[in-house]
Amino acid sequence: MEKRVTFKGMWLPLLLVLPQMLITAVFFFYPAGQAVWQSLFIPDPFGLSMQWVGLGNFEFLLSDPYYRASFATTAVFSILVTVVSMGVALYLAVLADRLIKGSGTYRTLLIWPYAVAPAVAGVLWLFMFNTRVGVVTWYLGQLGYDWNHVLNEGEAMGLVVVASSWGRVSYNFLFFLAGLQAIPKSVIEAAAIDGARFWMRFRTIVFPLLSPTTFFLLVVNIVYAFFETFGVIHTITSGGPQQATTILVYKVYADGFVGQDLGSSAAQSVILLLIVSVLTVIQFKFIERRVHY
Amino acid sequence: MATVSLESLKKSYGKTEVIHGVDIDIEDGEFIVIVGPSGCGKSTLLRMVAGLEGVSEGEIRIDGERVNEKEPMDRDIAMVFQNYALYPHMSVEQNMAYGLKIAKMPKAEINARVAEAAELLQLEPYLKRRPRQLSGGQRQRVAMGRAIVRRPSVFLFDEPLSNLDAKLRVQMRLEIKKLQRELGVTALYVTHDQVEAMTLADRMIVMNDGAVDQIGAPLEVYANPQTEFVAGFIGSPPTNFIASETIGGQAGTKTGIRPEHVVIAPVGQGNATGLVLYAEPLGAETLIHLTIAGGEAFTVRQDGAVAIPAEGDQVGLSWSDDVEMRFDASGRRF
Repeated sequence: MEKRVTFKGMWLPLLLVLPQMLITAVFFFYPAGQAVWQSLFIPDPFGLSMQWVGLGNFEFLLSDPYYRASFATTAVFSILVTVVSMGVALYLAVLADRLIKGSGTYRTLLIWPYAVAPAVAGVLWLFMFNTRVGVVTWYLGQLGYDWNHVLNEGEAMGLVVVASSWGRVSYNFLFFLAGLQAIPKSVIEAAAIDGARFWMRFRTIVFPLLSPTTFFLLVVNIVYAFFETFGVIHTITSGGPQQATTILVYKVYADGFVGQDLGSSAAQSVILLLIVSVLTVIQFKFIERRVHY
Repeated sequence: MATVSLESLKKSYGKTEVIHGVDIDIEDGEFIVIVGPSGCGKSTLLRMVAGLEGVSEGEIRIDGERVNEKEPMDRDIAMVFQNYALYPHMSVEQNMAYGLKIAKMPKAEINARVAEAAELLQLEPYLKRRPRQLSGGQRQRVAMGRAIVRRPSVFLFDEPLSNLDAKLRVQMRLEIKKLQRELGVTALYVTHDQVEAMTLADRMIVMNDGAVDQIGAPLEVYANPQTEFVAGFIGSPPTNFIASETIGGQAGTKTGIRPEHVVIAPVGQGNATGLVLYAEPLGAETLIHLTIAGGEAFTVRQDGAVAIPAEGDQVGLSWSDDVEMRFDASGRRF
């Protein structure tokens, strides 16, 4: 049974949660409320007056081919980031789990990229793949491949996916490694005696037992790809070329702050808010209950 | 059904040798118990036979064939682990069928074998349940079932009863013995519990600090321990050891006398004198704890009907010469 701490009065607990409540109110509820409110208006270009349009902003958005294209871009981008970062992390974690010597060094080095801020990671990758001075671009040129993510949409998407996944591998690696180490060794040994070789054991025993970790990471990584990759995209492609890497959260910025269409930008924020709410609900209600043994 | 031979089997981790050479020929259908205190290397020895630990030196043969280099799955063995090691995401049925499925056995045959094992182990009502929905004793049975369905040549048990409560342990002990007799499979069983060792074993291997001190039938080991360690480890309460010179023996050696071989006599009579500390009446028998000259602890086990001396009394301790076990300075019997 969980032990509950009980307070005698109401004032002390209120006082203790107050700082967090204030932060949440100022930095979340107030701006979110503002966004919902603004999404119902169209301001004039100088911001001096607002005209009530009801759900007009939403209607316009949902029929806007650019916005729909951004949805598709976001879907491709998030799926790729999630699959790449989780796949690589799982592979590295399985290797690290089997290590006996030098596992500490290996682990520390793998965790390092997590300390790099997304924007900095973006710049790092940008330098390597810079069309004129990038090291990797130069090597690719030697091999006869002409890399140019500024013009090529596929290459631009590839680069932002790799740059976004890179730091994420560290995070996922940590969770996968912890998950792997939580599987009792004797269960693996029992499977070995039962005749299962490495790949079979991984498929039928290890992977199913990792599913709580995997589902958790799935949700967290999708949320990451949706919302926290702004820095990477902004530094590397600025959403281009031809909006090929304009994911939803980048479009909020581009339409609102660059295009000065604050009403539409606010409406887009509200849609994103709904998406993240749904993801959170899925995480809490559905996944947490289903995958624990 | 197979014989198992271990030949000067050694195990080292780096420069540290933890098992110093074990030799034994196990006959087909024999129940062998490896017993010893924790850290004596008994589990490592079993894991070497299973193929979960590499062999540093020596040879393991199953049915005459060298298996040192073989993977666990190719050794035709089954193992029951201390924590059962059931697959938590599979039902009881799937747990038992796992190895057979991997072996690509026809479905009908798998079902037949699982059903047979379930009947034998009284697991039929629980086949659809997950391990976490079972009690400790039931999980233990599933682990046994998983071993049985594969019809291996050798069963390996790694302290399978130590996670059960005392009552269940006695019951499962009997069941394991019965099962092994019915199936006629060669078994190697590791335990630190000397009662389990005595009751289960056809022959037992008493291990101490990575070396085999004695191999023999339980009663034979009990009656004729070859070392001081074996005399002290096998038997409860343990053998009394006294410095031989206090009873007129050779200096530097020790004499061991089992508690049940001592009779309380009037003070001044018998081989030694003791001061009664306290008594533990257990009904059928009574344990009397004393100190003898030199402050050494001494235990007497007498019939429950015999009068119990009062605490603080001086009493004589009497035994016949032929029950004395003499050990030299290195602990060897002479």
